[in-house]
Amino acid sequence: MTNNADISQKLADAVREAAANHALLAIQGNGTKAFYTGALSGTPLDVTGHRGVVSYEPTELVITARAGTPLAEIEAALAERGQMLGFEPPYFGEAATLGGTIACGFSGPRRPYAGAARDFVLGAKIINGKGEILRFGGQVMKNVAGFDVSRLMVGAFGTLGVLLEVSLKVLPKPARELTLAFEMNAAEAVKQMNAWAAQPLPLSAACHADDTLYFRLSGTESGVRAAQAKLGGNAVENSERFWREIREHRLNFFQNGSPLWRLSIPSATPPIDLPGKWLTDWGGAQRWLKSDTPAADIRQETEEVGGHATLFRSLNQKRAPLAVLSPGLISLHRQLKLAFDPHAVLNANSG
Amino acid sequence: MSQPQPIPARTLPDKAAVARALRQFLPPAGVLTDEEDLRPYECDGLTAYRKLPWIVVLPDTIEQASRVLRLCDERNIPVVARGAGTGLSGGALPLEDGVLLSLSKFTRILEIDPENRTATLEPGVRNLAITEAAAPLGLYYAPDPSSQIACSIGGNVAENAGGVHCLKYGLTVHNVLGLKFLTMDGELITLGGKTLDSPGYDLLALLTGSEGMLGVIVEITVKLLPKPEYAQVVLAAFDSVEKAGEAVATVIASGFIPSGLEMMDNFAIRAVNEYARAGYPNEAAAILLCELDGTAEEVAEGIVQVRELLLGRGATEVRASRDEAERLKFWAGRKNAFPAVGRIARDYYCMDGTIPRKHIGQVLTAIGKLSQEYGLPVANVFHAGDGNLHPLILYDANQPGQLARAEEFGGRILELCVAVGGTITGEHGVGVEKINQMCVQFTQEELAQFHALKAAFDPKGLLNPGKAVPKPARCAEFGRMHVHGGKLKFPEMERF
Repeated sequence: MTNNADISQKLADAVREAAANHALLAIQGNGTKAFYTGALSGTPLDVTGHRGVVSYEPTELVITARAGTPLAEIEAALAERGQMLGFEPPYFGEAATLGGTIACGFSGPRRPYAGAARDFVLGAKIINGKGEILRFGGQVMKNVAGFDVSRLMVGAFGTLGVLLEVSLKVLPKPARELTLAFEMNAAEAVKQMNAWAAQPLPLSAACHADDTLYFRLSGTESGVRAAQAKLGGNAVENSERFWREIREHRLNFFQNGSPLWRLSIPSATPPIDLPGKWLTDWGGAQRWLKSDTPAADIRQETEEVGGHATLFRSLNQKRAPLAVLSPGLISLHRQLKLAFDPHAVLNANSG
Repeated sequence: MSQPQPIPARTLPDKAAVARALRQFLPPAGVLTDEEDLRPYECDGLTAYRKLPWIVVLPDTIEQASRVLRLCDERNIPVVARGAGTGLSGGALPLEDGVLLSLSKFTRILEIDPENRTATLEPGVRNLAITEAAAPLGLYYAPDPSSQIACSIGGNVAENAGGVHCLKYGLTVHNVLGLKFLTMDGELITLGGKTLDSPGYDLLALLTGSEGMLGVIVEITVKLLPKPEYAQVVLAAFDSVEKAGEAVATVIASGFIPSGLEMMDNFAIRAVNEYARAGYPNEAAAILLCELDGTAEEVAEGIVQVRELLLGRGATEVRASRDEAERLKFWAGRKNAFPAVGRIARDYYCMDGTIPRKHIGQVLTAIGKLSQEYGLPVANVFHAGDGNLHPLILYDANQPGQLARAEEFGGRILELCVAVGGTITGEHGVGVEKINQMCVQFTQEELAQFHALKAAFDPKGLLNPGKAVPKPARCAEFGRMHVHGGKLKFPEMERF
């Protein structure tokens, strides 16, 4: 396989043909996040051959790459120039591609302080469900011409279009990172994370696992040192590995067999009274729950605090790709899907 | 579904009957129909475009706003939503046969949540009022468009407004957590809340910057950030705009994310020195204002490095603000730049293209040449760190032909931005102003996709018709006229 190939015409032809024949297509990268989307109906449309960095200009803080490009390749190119992806994307498998990363829209521990995947998307080239190649957004920092279709693609799981190219804003790597650990329970940790987030500190991650609050500082040498002096705590050795394991769900917490729920809730919400094991990330705004509690109970408790719950990983439950929506929202989703994919060709769920 | 359904053919309903129906549920002062009452609504911040609205309504509650929309939907009456009316692209330009829905009565700050660091607001709350309300908690709302004293958060969301500090803290889209909006048929939809994401498609991003075409925003939840401990500004002078442009690229490439990086050319420098006694070096071809914020330690370390970078790029003079008073003084000139230019010229026309930063010098030089070609002066004062240009074209509307010349000149600048890989609007929106240049930036298929998307929210095409996205026929016409170098405005043409 070559490292650089543009097969957009071939992909567009395939979509056009499927639309004409009312056939279904299942967009396929390297399958690292198939556990999340569940099985898709239709003929696989392999986009991994559409790959390569199209342009990368460190002085512009912008990288544009084809969807099939391995994420690792992109991150390596950035690291060479002292830059990085600000949303610290989870891979969930070494072969993760840029397209899958954006289509799923997952973000790592840096998300509350630096932004989510969608916050860094500047532009996208897509194939809509009619097989037309369309370009939205661009490669500049600010762009309000037309509707923000490129951000709409983030987290749409390929149901609105096949991603061909994505332009991302990138960030300089901080000169220094330091993780501090504090022993405390979950309730205290949530309070502490939010109290510190309200202060001008160079924060870049805050999570609570195994009765320990982990707090990451990123910035200049002197800025991080000053913050450490203010906060105290114990410096964590080899912390890069710790955050990677959180991000990739490789900590022991994620390893047992109970279903894994993701709760997105207001960050200062005190611990929720649901049975199971908890891990708090994103400064309190993302809570992971390993629990066998019925889905309806988890959803209800989460909605009561103003959030939403998603079944993230499960061995034996079928899952829907989208969470529960209000009737008005469901109708808008249907209309939007029709607007982009009128023949319902792309990524139909078979579940 | 690929083509939007056209607005059904209709005769204009009886104005008195519609006003009567609206007064059934709106207070008497909430329905305006007389010319003298309608006059203040004839334009927004882009005053070159004016139209008297048919009827203006000023609801007090979401329920009332919803009923207005339902009534208009049933009777096929188009609706234009309006916030504070400070927009610069004519997005709130009324329709002679449509209802103007003013959200000016929705001015309450519904909640400041200190624990979650959020503010929940009605759409008419002024941008600066959010920061003022959050200040006692040591928090603030980051996006700061230059009209922040007057502009409202609802309009900020509709336009995805930016500002000086969005280089580091993002645009409106990066700072909004939740929205409530009404669809054209009056249904209330809730997106997000105080969480960092919401289930389903990212409609929050889609609604942001949608220029009132998809729904009417009636409640907004934004995130609040801790006020930085310390901020300091460096002022650097250059003897050419190219050198200043290169210095911008150098600062960005060096790993700094300044909280603001602004540029002014000599014309703007002289204007503000006279108007605001800014004390900028009068002879400089361009100056940069580079602000760093963070902890005192971070800023001190950064200022030393930025100073070296700027000197290394040929700055003839570099001054760092010595205290808060001087920092504010450095900014005062920048913040007064538009009124300062306004004092020199009878009228000015503010453009808003964005380009890759490396092309700043080249594009400014080209704008200078166009300025000579059209015989109209230009002042450049803009968000250099984002590559977001704001050329101010000076003209006199009372001189026959000058406005048309200014508009054509502006159009050429925007096309230049597209040609170097940029966009026709960074933060002001398309509105009515840049609708022709949309044809330059997007293909017919892309525009058709925008229309289909719009129809998903507003199948009858009644919300803010004629703005933001041109009809294919208009582009064909524009292309032809453009080739012949004729006038660019076709008010009589059918639009979206």
